[in-house]
Amino acid sequence: MYNKTITELAQGLRSGEFSSVELTAAFLDRIKQHSGLNAYISVTEDLALQQAKAADARLANGDAELLTGIPIAQKDIFCTEGVKTTCGSLMLDNFIAPYNATVVEKFNHAGAVMLGKLNMDEFAMGSSNETSYYGAVKNPWNTNTVPGGSSGGTAAAVAARLAVCATGTDTGGSIRQPAALCGITGLKPTYGRVSRYGMIAYASSLDQGGPMTRSAEDAAIMLQTMAGFDDKDSTSVDTPVPDYSAGLNNRLDGLKIGLPKEFFGEGLNSEVAATLETAIDEYRKLGATVTEISMPTLKLAIPAYYVIAPAECSANLSRFDGVRFGYRCENPADLSDLYTRSRGEGFGKEVKRRILMGTYALSAGYYDAYYIKAQKIRRLISEDFKKALSEVDVIMGPVTPSTAFGIGEKIGNPIEMYLSDIYTIAINLAGVPAMSIPAGFAQGLPVGLQIIGNYFAEDRLLNIAHQYQQVTDWHQQAPAGF
Amino acid sequence: MSLTADDVKKIAHLARLGIEQHDVAAYAADLSRMLDLMVQMNDVDTGGIEPMAHPMDQVQRLRSDVVTEQDKREKFQAIAPQVEAGLYLVPKVIE
Repeated sequence: MYNKTITELAQGLRSGEFSSVELTAAFLDRIKQHSGLNAYISVTEDLALQQAKAADARLANGDAELLTGIPIAQKDIFCTEGVKTTCGSLMLDNFIAPYNATVVEKFNHAGAVMLGKLNMDEFAMGSSNETSYYGAVKNPWNTNTVPGGSSGGTAAAVAARLAVCATGTDTGGSIRQPAALCGITGLKPTYGRVSRYGMIAYASSLDQGGPMTRSAEDAAIMLQTMAGFDDKDSTSVDTPVPDYSAGLNNRLDGLKIGLPKEFFGEGLNSEVAATLETAIDEYRKLGATVTEISMPTLKLAIPAYYVIAPAECSANLSRFDGVRFGYRCENPADLSDLYTRSRGEGFGKEVKRRILMGTYALSAGYYDAYYIKAQKIRRLISEDFKKALSEVDVIMGPVTPSTAFGIGEKIGNPIEMYLSDIYTIAINLAGVPAMSIPAGFAQGLPVGLQIIGNYFAEDRLLNIAHQYQQVTDWHQQAPAGF
Repeated sequence: MSLTADDVKKIAHLARLGIEQHDVAAYAADLSRMLDLMVQMNDVDTGGIEPMAHPMDQVQRLRSDVVTEQDKREKFQAIAPQVEAGLYLVPKVIE
């Protein structure tokens, strides 16, 4: 039951093979059984069973949608009305969201069942899930290694079959990197495609929610529900949402794939590189042509990102002041002490580091040298993508320089941790969509292949991923013991 | 480029962010290393390039000035650290 796709489960619910209540109860049991992974921050058992009951009623009435009765989970960055929404931080440990994120609202409308809220790096700042106030998440493929981050709880839960599928968010790689390290499928949509309303903001010009699933087929179904214009998100883009499942079976003859030479140079683990070569050969067999391209500005992505993201973070996180909601320190001496200590005690080290960096970059005298300069470089990077994507249909490359690293291995060295996002960050700066799909193993751990497309070409990416998943079975493999 | 302990304290004050004294040196070292990464940006000529804030260069939409939200005062008050008679309480500001 745990290995079935959304479509198969939807059939099972309709044929009477199992009810949504039975399916939900089975997943809840499984979550308890594997609680050692620490994938969930909150398990919403009562709510899930209540939603499952309602879903069974909808199924009986014949007004069910594809996701009705399917047990999913939400990254704990999405506000869920009446349910604790922590963003992985002590700052929000007591925060019961007073409203639903648009994404949550859409899944509720579709009748999906929410099993709970998933662990994540604090305020989505991290690449290993180790910055979470609720502790590190373990990678189900090897529990001594990290699942990646910031959507590490989501990736671990989907890989371990503790939810059929789940949401993630991606500011610099936070969907794709954990998807790669846990051997699942993750899609970061075009900026503006999925509403950010109720998705706790980290870096508003980069943040984007998306699906994390076992297959491209499931990702198409999830994205169908998540995508669309939202009046409540001022950066949402008003562009029609295509049928993401319609083109999955299109053939790939004549597909033009570009491989940026900057992605395959120094720093990429040789076994990962060899695994990716094999995956790209598979695309050649499917009828694609492969050419080397050059994107010289890619190397500027990390410096530009670590100005822009902290700058936006320092502004966004100024709302956490200990007055209206969230953590408040004990016995504040005065208002200034209340602000300073509530924030100092409520935020963890990585969040503080980025607030400091951002505050500095935006401070008088440095704004032009850092923030404006980084935004100009951002345009150069986006022009590089536009140019490349006018010559080829998609860009392919690694998601991560290596497979999952050990818990504790990089947490003491923030800069080294930042550099592990070298292949994912530029995509957020440009705003284009990109996927990570399972492409094999190196040193016994999953390797992800990154597929980058043009603005709003999510349907094409899903088609390209799905065709690969028709001729390979990497995406169907489960970690031992799960 | 390197930041001193005093720089970090000044930035932390601007951000109203409490930093433990024994962490100041580590933050100064980390921020200095981040700034070293950023030096690469100076090698690029960005003359005449417009800064990019939104990938689609979309501007903020305007909407009609009408009420769209419901009153959720009870819910908002319920999650506040300290409230009294419908007000949010903070330490005394004016003596």
